[in-house]
Parts: sequence; C-alpha cells; structure tokens
Amino acid sequence: MIPVPPAIQRIPWKLIAILAGITGFGLLVLYSAAGGNWSPWALNQGVRFLVFLSVALVIGRFPIRIFEDFAYIAYIGILILLIAVELLGFVGGGSQRWLNLGFMNLQPSELMKVAIVIALARFYAQLPPGNTRTFTALWPALVMIGLPAALVMLQPDLGTALAICIGGVVVMFVAGLPFWWFGSTAVAGLAALPVLFSFLHDYQQKRVLIFLDPESDPLGAGYHISQSKIAIGSGGIGGKGFLNGSQSHLDYLPEGHTDFIFATMAEEWGLIGGLALLFGFFLLLRWSTRVALKARTRFGQLTAAGLTMTIFFYIAINLMMVMGLAPVVGIPLPLFSYGGSSMLTIMTCVGIMLAIENDSKTGTRRFH
Amino acid sequence: MPTKKKSPPITEAWRGITFTRRALVVGGAQAAVGVALAARMAYISVIDNDRYVLESESNRVNLTLVPPRRGWIVDRSGKALANNRVSLRIDIIPDRLHNKELVLGQLQTLLRLDGDTMERINRDLKAASGFQPVAIKEDMTEAEYSSILVRLPELPGIAPQRGFARNYPTGAAVGHLIGYVGAPNAEEYQKAKDPLYITPGYKIGKDGLEKYFQDMLKGQPGARRVEVTARGKVVRDLSTQPDVQGKTVHLTIDADLQEFVARRMGRESGAAVVIDCQNGDILSFVSMPSFDPNSFSDGISSSEYAWLRGDDHQPLINKATRGLYPPGSTLKPMAAIAAVEHGVDPSERHTCVGGYRLGSRFFRCLGTHGSLDMPSAIMKSCNSYFYWLAHRLGYDAMAPTARLLGLGEEYQLAGSNQRFGTIPDSAWKMKKYDQEWSASDSLNAVIGQGYVLANPLQLAVMAARIASGRRLYPRLINREFKNEPLPFSPEALAVARHGMDLVVNGAGTAVRSRLPLDGITMAGKTGTAQVRGLGTGNGKSGTWKFRDHGLFVGFAPVVNPRYATAVVIEHGMGGSRAAAPVAKDFMTFLFDREKAMEALETFEAGWGGTIKERMDRDYAAWKAGASKPDPELAQ
Repeated sequence: MIPVPPAIQRIPWKLIAILAGITGFGLLVLYSAAGGNWSPWALNQGVRFLVFLSVALVIGRFPIRIFEDFAYIAYIGILILLIAVELLGFVGGGSQRWLNLGFMNLQPSELMKVAIVIALARFYAQLPPGNTRTFTALWPALVMIGLPAALVMLQPDLGTALAICIGGVVVMFVAGLPFWWFGSTAVAGLAALPVLFSFLHDYQQKRVLIFLDPESDPLGAGYHISQSKIAIGSGGIGGKGFLNGSQSHLDYLPEGHTDFIFATMAEEWGLIGGLALLFGFFLLLRWSTRVALKARTRFGQLTAAGLTMTIFFYIAINLMMVMGLAPVVGIPLPLFSYGGSSMLTIMTCVGIMLAIENDSKTGTRRFH
Repeated sequence: MPTKKKSPPITEAWRGITFTRRALVVGGAQAAVGVALAARMAYISVIDNDRYVLESESNRVNLTLVPPRRGWIVDRSGKALANNRVSLRIDIIPDRLHNKELVLGQLQTLLRLDGDTMERINRDLKAASGFQPVAIKEDMTEAEYSSILVRLPELPGIAPQRGFARNYPTGAAVGHLIGYVGAPNAEEYQKAKDPLYITPGYKIGKDGLEKYFQDMLKGQPGARRVEVTARGKVVRDLSTQPDVQGKTVHLTIDADLQEFVARRMGRESGAAVVIDCQNGDILSFVSMPSFDPNSFSDGISSSEYAWLRGDDHQPLINKATRGLYPPGSTLKPMAAIAAVEHGVDPSERHTCVGGYRLGSRFFRCLGTHGSLDMPSAIMKSCNSYFYWLAHRLGYDAMAPTARLLGLGEEYQLAGSNQRFGTIPDSAWKMKKYDQEWSASDSLNAVIGQGYVLANPLQLAVMAARIASGRRLYPRLINREFKNEPLPFSPEALAVARHGMDLVVNGAGTAVRSRLPLDGITMAGKTGTAQVRGLGTGNGKSGTWKFRDHGLFVGFAPVVNPRYATAVVIEHGMGGSRAAAPVAKDFMTFLFDREKAMEALETFEAGWGGTIKERMDRDYAAWKAGASKPDPELAQ
C-alpha cells in the first residue's frame, strides 16, 4: 500500500466530492437550459465554482480564532455596507441591493447571512453560562438581528431578511435560551401575521396571496408557480430526458436557470433526479451538522449549527417555492442556481465550517 | 430541560448537553422538511403527472385551424365569378399578449390604425378567451406586413398570417346574384358551435348564392400543430393537415353577358334577366345599382353601408326577384294567347277610337289606332283592343294563362328570396277584399295595371315560355325540370310571337330597338307602368320617383328563339324609351360581342366611366357631403 502523504490526506476529499457532485449536476442543467450550450451560464458557473472552492479550502486552513476575533468587526463593517447600499439606492432614486466592485457585484446582504451567525456565536460563546436564561442573553441578540434584517427589508428583499433572522434565531436556540421564549414568540408571531402582512410591499402581498391560490392569476404573478409545477409534474419519474425539457427550452418557465432551476432539472431528470439532488444536499447538511456536534469550541458549535441552518434555509425555501409550498421569494438553490453571490455565501459557510472541523481535529474539546 | 421554578446552576457541561440536544432537534426538523419536500415532489410528478403532462403539452403545442379556401363560383364556361386571393393579415393571441398597452400602441403607430379600429380591437380582446385570435388588420400591403414581421420579437402575442380572402372579379356586376361573405356573427357561432367560426379570416356566405351554397363552398379546415415558445414564436412545425378547398359551384350564368348587362344598365335603377329558351338556364341576372360584394366580404365600413342604404336607387335590394312592378303592356301577348285559347279569332278586328267605354267610364288608349286585328293590336300596344277582349272574356279566363306562363309563381331557384306578386282573379279579390270582381278590374288587369304585380324574373320566364312553347323553369345550376309543352294551341302562340315580332320589326313601339345584325331579329313587347294612379300626372317628367317604369320583354332570334329576356327600368318613363334599347344592346352582345361593346363604350364615356369608377366617385362625393345634413337623403 502506497502511503498517502499527509498533505493530500488533509484535503477533505469527501466534502469536495459532495460539492462537486451537486455543482456538476447543476452545470448539466445550466448547459441544457442554455439550449445545449456551455455559454452563457454553465462555463461561468464552473469556473466560479473552482475559484470559490479554492477560497473555501483556504479559509478552511485559517485558525478558528481569527473568525472569533473578527466576528464583531466583520458584522459592523457589513452593517455599514448595508447602510451604504441603502443610501446609494436613495441617491440613485431606486432600490439597489449591490455594490459594484468592478469584477463582481457585491450584495452585502448575502455576507450578512454569514456575519450574523458568527457575531451571535461569538456573543453567546462569551456570555457567562449563568446568564443564559436572563434578559442579558436576549436583547443584544435581538438588536443584532433586527438592525440588518430591517435594512434588508427596506431594499426590499424579504427572502434574505428571513434568512438573516432564521440564522440568528437558530444560534439563539442552540445556545440554550429558554425553550418557552421561542414557543411564545412563534405563537405571537402567528397572531401578528396579519399585521406583518400589512407592512409588506404591494408586490410582496400579491405574491403571498397568489401563493395561497396560484390559479387565481395563472397569467400574472401566479404564472411562475403554475409553470414551475407544470415543469416538475410533467417530468414524471424518469423525466423527459436531457435537453428535452419543453417548459424551459420554450421559455414557459421563467427564471429557469436561476431561482427555478430545480424545475428545469426536474422536467428533464424527473423524480429520480430530484431525489438524487435532495440526497446530495442531505450529505452536505449531514456533514455540517456533524461538524457542529464535534466542534471543539462553543464558538465553533454555535457557528456551525447556525451556518448549517443558513444553507438549509436556502434549500428548503427554494424547493418549497418551486413546488408551490411557499410564496415566490427570490432565493436561489445553493450551488445549483446560476449566480455568484449565493455561491460565495455558501462556499464561505463551507470554508468556515472546514476551519471548525480542522480545529476539532487538532486538540481536546474545550468549551471556552 | 430545567424547569422555571428550581433551576439548577447553569454550567458549561449543561450547556454542552443542551447544545447537542437542540442541534439534533434542529437537524431532525431539517430532515423532516427534506422528507416532506421529497414527498411533495413525488406527489406532483407521479400522482399529478398526467395532468401536468397535458398542461405542458398544451403549452408547447399550439393548434391553429387554417380556414379552408372557399370553393369557386364559376359561370357556364368555367370563368370565375367568385374566387380567392391572397390576403395578408395579423391577429393577436390574447393568451400570449403580456403587455397589451405596449403592443397595441406599437401596432397603432405601425399600421396607422384609427380610433374606431382600436376600439373594436379592445372590445374583441375583452370578449375573446385564451388562444382565440383577435383580428387586427386584414388585407395588409406587403410593406405593412413586413414592417410587422421584422418587429415580431418585440411584439409578443402577434400572429401574422398569409390567408385567403374572397374576391369577385366583376365586383358590383354580380352583387345581387352571388351575394357576399362575411365573418360569422355571435349568433351564427352559437348555432354552429364550430371553432372555425371564431377563427379570424374565416368567412361564411351571408347572402345570395354564397349563403345558399355555403355547405358546398365551405371546404374543410386544415390544422397546423406548431411548437411555440412562451412568446408565441413558432419553433417548428409538428404536423400540418392541409385544408380541403370547397367544391366549385357551376352556374348557368354567362359571366361576360352578366357583366355586359350590368354595365349597360348605366345609371338607371332596374333589373334585367336573360334566360336560355332551350332549357331555362339563367344567363344573366342583374339588378342595378348594386353593391360591390368585395366591400362586404372585407367587412364593409359603416359609412359605406350608410351610403348604400341612403341611395334612393336602392342598391341593396335585388330588384330581379324582390322588385314587384305592374307589368303594363308586357302582358298583352299573354292576353292574346288566352283570347285565342278561348275561341277569339285573331283576325277579328276591333276599332280603337282612343279608348273604350265601359258603362259610364271611358278607359283611355294612348292613341287612336283605328281598326286592328290581334297581332297589330300587340304591335301598337292598343289598350282599346285589349279592353274589348277583357270585357268580352273576363279576367278569370285570362288569369290561368298568366299563371301557366309563370306569373304569380314562386320558383325553386337557388339562393333567391322572391316576392312573387299577384295575378288577380275574382276568387282572389273576394278572399282578399271581400268584394265582387268588376268589369273595370278586368280592364285594368289586362293592360297589366291594377292588382297585377310581377317581378322581372317572372316576366323573363313568361317571355321564354311564349318563345319556346314549353313550361320552362329558370335555373342557376344544373337542376332538372320537366319543362313539358304548354297546353296552348300552336296558333295561339304563333299570334303572340307574330305580334311581338311586329313590335320590333314591324311598325310597333320598339322599332328603334331593332337588332343591328343581319338575319337575326328580336321580338318583344314594351310596357309602361304607371307609378301613380291612371290619369294623375303624366309620368313622363317631373320628380324621378313619380315617373313611369319602363319595361320590355322579348326573345331572339324570332325564328327558333334562343334567348328570352325581361328588362325593367324603374322610373324610365316608358318601355320603348328606357328598357327596349338596353335589351337590344345585350341581345346584340349575344350574337356580336364587338359591335355591342362599341356601343357600350360610347355610353359609358357619357355616364362617366365603368361601374366601379362611378361608384368610387359617388361614394367619395357622398362622404364629402355626409358631414352636413343632406336634405335629399332624408327622403
């Protein structure tokens, strides 16, 4: 047996296989969505994946301490960027979500999904255990979640705001805050739904109403959901075959390469393709959950659990949306949908969790 | 989980256990959501698969009906009276129209659509559903059509189409004969329940032969299955089933004669029918003025329709079968036949003293003709002679002869809506007015006035029956009638024919309408029908509406008759003046086309051009004057 050099051994091959499997499948779908063409999407996406994977692997080599130290600074920096975007949009006379960095458009709200988890993990890691059930454990967290969520809602971007909230709340939950706080908030939230609903923009309200009854407007805003369900449903068990999806190729399916890429895939690959993709995501989330459970530090535990939820939230909301179980919110399918921002977020999450995993392999467990 | 009341001290160990427990709860919840998503997907793609496959196919495949090409209507020699021409059109598919305002706005600028049209399109769009196309414009020029074609990608929902439209090469000349086609209305669609009826470009027969032969002419629609993108762009043809053109309808009409007669009617209002004396074929069936069936088939504008309706010459009424006129003296040959059949010796003479005294009333003749036998009485159209006959025999003796000659009868004639008039007798009067028939009624009836009414077609049939001696029925298609010999003695028919010969070729009322041909002569009988009661006004001048009608019935050649005809010129002020010259020219046309055409061209130069040129000019003049109230139109 040839001994494997430790440098090769240290590379997380299994994780790379999972990520490459999901993204590679996505590339095939993008290739088909472009009418059997590597451009304009598949090639771009492939290159981007390689770049971001390298970034993730490099991040994974960082000592975990760095993330903990820079958690608040990163959080505040991104919060300022969010405000800057808001001001730019105000000056530009319209809603704007990104900053043009020249080589890419940066969406600070995407980075905030990661930053909120890290910042809260740091907060709870530093919180003395005795304060876990006190008000001190609650209000700073609420402020930290509330500020960016409100700014993102102003853009307005309901999906991302929800993602920020859910990432933060899960960190609070696993940090051990009293169970009944979450229970009563959920009940209160349900009761307040009509009030919250009235705060939504007209087009958002419409989306929610149409989600509740897509057939009411099959040509207008319900069109997305109807066409997506037609694409998935007509795929059947085995699909219509690679490059044979009529819904996507004839433009009936809107956003067939971004938010609704799952429908594009399901039309051609059927239920089998859908289950395979779900299995791929299951492996990814199983890995990240294990990272959380095995983490050596409390900061690592909380961060990994929060980031797992962030990734899961993307997947779940996107799939619910394309299958008509959630209103149309612009959330892409991680690694699968064409687009740089979401891939950057996911790969950053993966990189941080790699760092946590590497950290847990190096020493004994230590909770603060 | 610790209770609220007695919380144990929170330690790092406790925190670690809580974390693991809660992380597993979160993980479990995530797994549950994952399973739910898999189940949902399985539900959509397996249980609901059939439904979604169907919806996906109905998205992908667009089935369009291709309106069938309508069958031609041709004359006896195969010349087209109605055919089809290529028509460029564009429609809107409402389901594909995502940005209505933008697309309609673009179309309005590109095609210069006026407000009325836009209003109609908006109305149609509101009423239309789904993939039912709504017509934007038909009969576009190549330039307009290509201006839309190049912008097609920016105009989702627009469907350009190369179709066919009905075409009538001779226009107004065949208006009343052929009728016209038009888009089916809501009522007709409700009745037929045929999706073809709401396909733009599909037309059904609305009047005349187009309507009568609808089933034969309509053909079978083709279908085109195409794969289309969401924006309505055709990706490829999946299958095409060609349309089946409708059957050709062969008429007995002679297209050249039909056009000639129509043109020869000039600016007059009236009707002319030519019948083949051998078999009853209608060679020409003209009512003028007429409408241009091309205008109707393209969807007539409301102002053009108002113009046609407002015309006091009534271009919308088919006078050949719907116009009823007192036949006047044209009934005298018939009266002669009846008299001979009832034993009157045709050589028996009666002296015309300028009228006939019946009791205290004196019935006027138009002249003082002196002593006349029966043929010369026909020749001179002497009323006194026929008053004398009618008083002697009574009209009950004559009415059956009139009916045998086709008067008062409704024919089985394709596509015509006939008013068949009256041949009165004592029973009829008793039934209708509850009054006894009087001798003066007989006197009025025998000169074709009083209660007697006939349409031009009946008069032509009468002429054909007198000429042939057989009971001919008029026909427009090859329909078999028995055409048995009439139960008249050869002598009776000979007297009538001889009298009619003299009218034109002797010293009669139509000598000026002798055919300008060698060896071919025409026999005939003029008639002048008073519009006002006898003796009130002279009917020879004054307001057009109160002038006398001019009538003429005839046949040619005199020996072995081939063609029979009847001409009615409304308010033409006399048969010999207005009707006989028209008959002369078109009878000449049947034997010598060049000579007849020369005569016609001279006339048309005086009238101001062909029918189309005159109609276009009149319409333009009417439109120019329509904005201000026109006192003449109010009549």
